[in-house]
Amino acid sequence: MPHRCLYDVRHANMASRRGNAKTQLQSDKYSVLLPTYNERENLPLIVWLLVKYFGESGYNYEIIVIDDGSPDGTLQIAEQLQKIYGSDKIILRPRAQKLGLGTAYIHGIKHATGNFVIIMDADLSHHPKFIPQFIEKQKEGGYDLVSGTRYRGDGGVYGWDLRRKLISRGANFVTQVLLRPGASDLTGSFRLYKKEVLEKLVERCVSKGYVFQMEMIVRARQLDCTIGEVPISFVDRVYGESKLGGNEIVSFLKGLLTLFATT
Amino acid sequence: MSHHTFRHRGVIKVRCLVESGELALCAAGGFCHFYFTLLCPIILCTMTKLLEWVFGVSLIGIAWGLVTFDLLDLQLPPRYKEVAWPMPIYLLVVFGCYSLATVGYRVATFNDCEDAAQELQAQIKQAKDDLKKKGLKM
Repeated sequence: MPHRCLYDVRHANMASRRGNAKTQLQSDKYSVLLPTYNERENLPLIVWLLVKYFGESGYNYEIIVIDDGSPDGTLQIAEQLQKIYGSDKIILRPRAQKLGLGTAYIHGIKHATGNFVIIMDADLSHHPKFIPQFIEKQKEGGYDLVSGTRYRGDGGVYGWDLRRKLISRGANFVTQVLLRPGASDLTGSFRLYKKEVLEKLVERCVSKGYVFQMEMIVRARQLDCTIGEVPISFVDRVYGESKLGGNEIVSFLKGLLTLFATT
Repeated sequence: MSHHTFRHRGVIKVRCLVESGELALCAAGGFCHFYFTLLCPIILCTMTKLLEWVFGVSLIGIAWGLVTFDLLDLQLPPRYKEVAWPMPIYLLVVFGCYSLATVGYRVATFNDCEDAAQELQAQIKQAKDDLKKKGLKM
């Protein structure tokens, strides 16, 4: 009888130690990378929304603003935000000039103290309310990468006319047929990565623009990374200024064919 | 007697030919077995998408050519040839229709997020007021 009691006590001790280890794993930190260029109007709004949703969800986070020498004073606004929200939550890592998205990610990752990295657009087309959903999806399946999709489930867009929708769906169909990537939205840039996965992928990718985001997913597949998807809504407020012209379509097709022939 | 020897030699020649044919077939079979069970997975795993397509299309092309042009003298019933001959065009047309239908359906069912846009507008107002209170000079 005494022997059995000892076993129960030891078992209880082990269980409580396991419980402590589990709570330690809960200290995941999420670094949001915001590459900005001339986002003086939008940066405070996106930061306010991020702080709101992260605050409500209780996850540990930091926001890294990577400004590429914006002439409109984005950096000054970012400094004001840093005073308001604290320099542990808003981290500024500016660069001298516009150097491209891939290098912005590399630069951001170097200064990220979280174990997860969220990449998104700073122009309010991506809404931070989806970030807790990304986090939950990642925990649910232990995914290496969670991608926001506009093409599945509740996902959708606002502010696109028929021409834009047709081009978008057509391009996505061609991409699915040629690359069979296993993800429904390849050109989307609202994603959650494990930090080491993002590091591995960025150093392997060579393309620019839309094709860069596509290449990330394709290389992730090559490296056998698991990919989860969350439907998101994409509110395009700048469509009037950045029309999808013939040049962009041609460069997209060139990039797609390069990926087709080399991966 | 010489007639018998000639026929006997002829029979031996034919038998040799048949045996060497069988040997060749066995060798080919052995190679195919090796190719499909060992090399193929290795090649397929490291092939680019382009090579996968080239491989797949050439397999289908060879099969089509064999049936349509009777390259192996397989003596298939003429119905097979009639069905196989227009297959490539038929498959292309079917794929074209499928593509149009799929893209058309997806464009038609592309969600328009009106609510999200309105929510965003409301939150922008809220954010601007809150930030002004906190001291942000925009």
